[in-house]
Amino acid sequence: MQPNAVYIHIPFCSHKCYYCDFTAYVVDGQPVEQYLTALEQEMKMWVEEVPPTAIQSVFIGGGTPTILSIEQMKRLLAMVDRYFPIHASCEWTVEANPETTSEELLHVMKEEGVNRLSFGAQTFHLDLLQQIGRIHGVQEIIDSIAIARKVGFSNLSLDLMFGLPNQRVIDLEETIQQAASLNPDHFSCYSLKVEEGTRFHYLEQQGKLPLPNEEAELEMYQLARKLLPQHGYQQYEISNFAREGMESIHNSTYWRNQTFYGLGAGAHGYINHQRYANQKVIREYIKVIEQRKRPIVSRWDVDKREMMENFMIMGLRLMEGVSRADFQMRYHLEMDQVFGEELERLKKQGLLMNEEDRVRLTEQGILFGNEVFAAFLS
Amino acid sequence: MEKKISPAMIRNFSIIAHIDHGKSTLADRILEFTGAITEREKQEQFLDNMDLERERGITIKLQSVRLRYQAKDGQVYLLNLIDTPGHVDFSYEVSRSLQACEGALLVVDAAQGVEAQTLANFYLAWENELEILPVINKIDLPNAEPERVRKEIEDIIGWDASEAVLASAKAGIGMEDILEQIVKHIPPPSGKVEDPLRALIFDSLYDPYKGVIIYMRVVDGTLRKGMKIELMATGKVYEVTEIGVLTPHPVAVSELSVGEVGFVVANIKNVKDSRVGDTITDADRPAQEPLPGYRPITPMVFCGIYPVDSSQYEDLREALEKLELNDASLSYEPETSTALGFGFRCGFLGLLHMEIIQERIEREFQIPLITTAPSVIYHVYQTDGSKIEIENPTLMPAQQKIERVEEPYIKATMMAPNEYVGSIMEICQNKRGQYVDMEYMEGNRVNLIYRLPLAEIVYDFFDQLKSSTKGYASFDYELIGYQPSDLVKMDILLNGEVVDAFSFIVHRDRAYHRGKKLAAKLRKLIPRQMFEVPIQAVIGNKVVARETIRAMRKNVLAKCYGGDITRKRKLLEKQKEGKKRMKSVGSVEVPQEAFMAILQMDDE
Repeated sequence: MQPNAVYIHIPFCSHKCYYCDFTAYVVDGQPVEQYLTALEQEMKMWVEEVPPTAIQSVFIGGGTPTILSIEQMKRLLAMVDRYFPIHASCEWTVEANPETTSEELLHVMKEEGVNRLSFGAQTFHLDLLQQIGRIHGVQEIIDSIAIARKVGFSNLSLDLMFGLPNQRVIDLEETIQQAASLNPDHFSCYSLKVEEGTRFHYLEQQGKLPLPNEEAELEMYQLARKLLPQHGYQQYEISNFAREGMESIHNSTYWRNQTFYGLGAGAHGYINHQRYANQKVIREYIKVIEQRKRPIVSRWDVDKREMMENFMIMGLRLMEGVSRADFQMRYHLEMDQVFGEELERLKKQGLLMNEEDRVRLTEQGILFGNEVFAAFLS
Repeated sequence: MEKKISPAMIRNFSIIAHIDHGKSTLADRILEFTGAITEREKQEQFLDNMDLERERGITIKLQSVRLRYQAKDGQVYLLNLIDTPGHVDFSYEVSRSLQACEGALLVVDAAQGVEAQTLANFYLAWENELEILPVINKIDLPNAEPERVRKEIEDIIGWDASEAVLASAKAGIGMEDILEQIVKHIPPPSGKVEDPLRALIFDSLYDPYKGVIIYMRVVDGTLRKGMKIELMATGKVYEVTEIGVLTPHPVAVSELSVGEVGFVVANIKNVKDSRVGDTITDADRPAQEPLPGYRPITPMVFCGIYPVDSSQYEDLREALEKLELNDASLSYEPETSTALGFGFRCGFLGLLHMEIIQERIEREFQIPLITTAPSVIYHVYQTDGSKIEIENPTLMPAQQKIERVEEPYIKATMMAPNEYVGSIMEICQNKRGQYVDMEYMEGNRVNLIYRLPLAEIVYDFFDQLKSSTKGYASFDYELIGYQPSDLVKMDILLNGEVVDAFSFIVHRDRAYHRGKKLAAKLRKLIPRQMFEVPIQAVIGNKVVARETIRAMRKNVLAKCYGGDITRKRKLLEKQKEGKKRMKSVGSVEVPQEAFMAILQMDDE
């Protein structure tokens, strides 16, 4: 099946946050124009090889896509429009950092077809924002959301983080209250994971990262799961909450194990039973494309077994879980024939439950998702 | 074909030393010097041929080499170098191979000086009435102090070292002097050619093509190809199909006579039929008496060995079958554990032997193992008048059915410089030892004798002894029989269920302490589970210790990684990999190390 989702990576930031391990480089001195040219070439190569169907979701992530100049943004959005047939109801998201959302820029984005913004708010405490290396303040979050609304964006998502160094449960409570009062449609609420190679990892090694203990971290997660629904946001995935009907279409591509184009430095894609990863180094990415070659550093076939595993691992992240009928339709095998033993064991352990045709995580299963997911690996 | 050799021209010797004092290197240099191995074949440490031996610096299997040496007196001598294993677990084998010699080179490191095994080995050689030639090795080291070491040999061991050769095996210094001393000082063999054949078996190994190859030394008479031989301990008769010597390459000969060392192949199927220390005689003209000193080898330490992955049970059986072919002192039989599934109860000479076998199974056969704590054989007298022998703590009957329990005791002989007497006595007291005797000897040394329960020795006695005497103490033991003891079985419950693999037998006085310690240790070793896991140490129905493993609260990946599913899979795979090294006991995942926890408890 041809992909109907597009992910585009903009690997530039004004500054690298201390927890960040995504492909992101400080923008000063970076060949942004050449990068956009390369990106366009990559789009062209892909659509020639694998012509797209009507695109249901576009996600421009980073880095900080909104760090692009107005001209650059215009160019980027126009090329997406040129190469991909955007469906009328397409969800088109751009990630935005609060300090970078001028009215003019947002206006251009709106004009070019973007209809959803995902703000990296993270927390509503200035001292915590500073400690995790964010360069915006609380007021800037509030202001940029106001600007977005003024420009006419109604579909807004906010990223929040918990388990931050020195963060208390009450801090998260205040953050959620404030964030909810801004009335977005969607929340992604992640616990901090210290990744290798980040500044936080270094600090942790040095014993200088005062992370909340496991009890507090759990309490924060449970607090988010309690408070957000009280404000009308239902949890629909381990880390995601939305008003009814406002669940992220793009992320569902991943969770439902569907194919998507991945474009840009460090991007991953899944097309025609193949997954691939792009070159992360910007200049290499550009150079390879200038030579009319694919910027792919690794590419591998996903066999049926792995597909079925991924279907379970990703699908069970959703609160609705996975459907046996869906499984049967996609893989022509009964789910219980393939994973009967694992399902049975996980059910006995109280981590999974059946609900008519579907299998989903129990309350305990949500907290121990990794135990569940790992079980499906062969 | 070689001419008949006069015993007068034969010298049989071995090399004894503390670990790392350069025994193997010296053996190699002697081989090189006498032309036994060429430059091309020169491979470091020719005599040790198992990887494991080389890594641990311990010789496990003995071998012998025949060398030709033209001495300064113009005569050509035949030297047989017999290698010896280097650990107390194998002291019986060492003493048998020493018995096959008339002399020994006592190698002492010029920097380290006299150490524990220098002493222990010296005494073994001395008891076998060997001519002992000290060699001070590694004199080329910058911190070598040959004169101090020479004095140490005289002061601590009480042996004349005025003629000790100053050598460096590594640099090839002193080789000729050593060989000259061997020829001059070591007496030639003294057996009678006309007597009925008596040959001493000092090793045997299994060869897949030839069957058992016996390494032996002819003491009296002559061994010929085609001859019918009898192994005196078992009474079994075989026909000799091949005789030879190692040069070190095997060379066939038609006969071996008094004083000669070599190998015999006689269609023997099992190493257990050719026991070390046994005497080979002529079946048609048998000797009146076997050679002295034979003692059947009996395993003293037992433990359960289980594959981590239960599907490897058959592989494990095959591995044990293969190892047994070459190891007369290894025994095993199938057993079942509710916690660990199917496995084997294995018997060993001692702890080192046990560790070596475990390591070989894991390394050579690639079967990850879980082993239970070592046990000895207990004699249980039941109230109904019957007596049972148990080597597995789980088989211990209920307390009310037991009239008394007896455990094996050893007589331990420890020798050390006298400043360590206090520490040795303290360790022995801690290990329930009973003082027997103490003797002050020349050179500031003390010989201490204790009766100790074998069960206490199989834990960490030897390590404790070594560390508290800086390695100076020598240690030898012999089994002296059974004594009643107030022993109880301690069970460990995980999440309310008895884990049989954790059960052990312990003296009542230390039960409380051990139970507490083990529970605490298990709490650290067993990772947190999704639920709280209580650990209880119980005797009968009485709980003597309790610990709790707190529940893990949360384990879930938050991030989505922008569609990068491989990254997520890698993290999950890592988690799954970790689980593979664990055994599910009931609902609790227990790591391999936890089963060995009992072993690593010191009794402080």
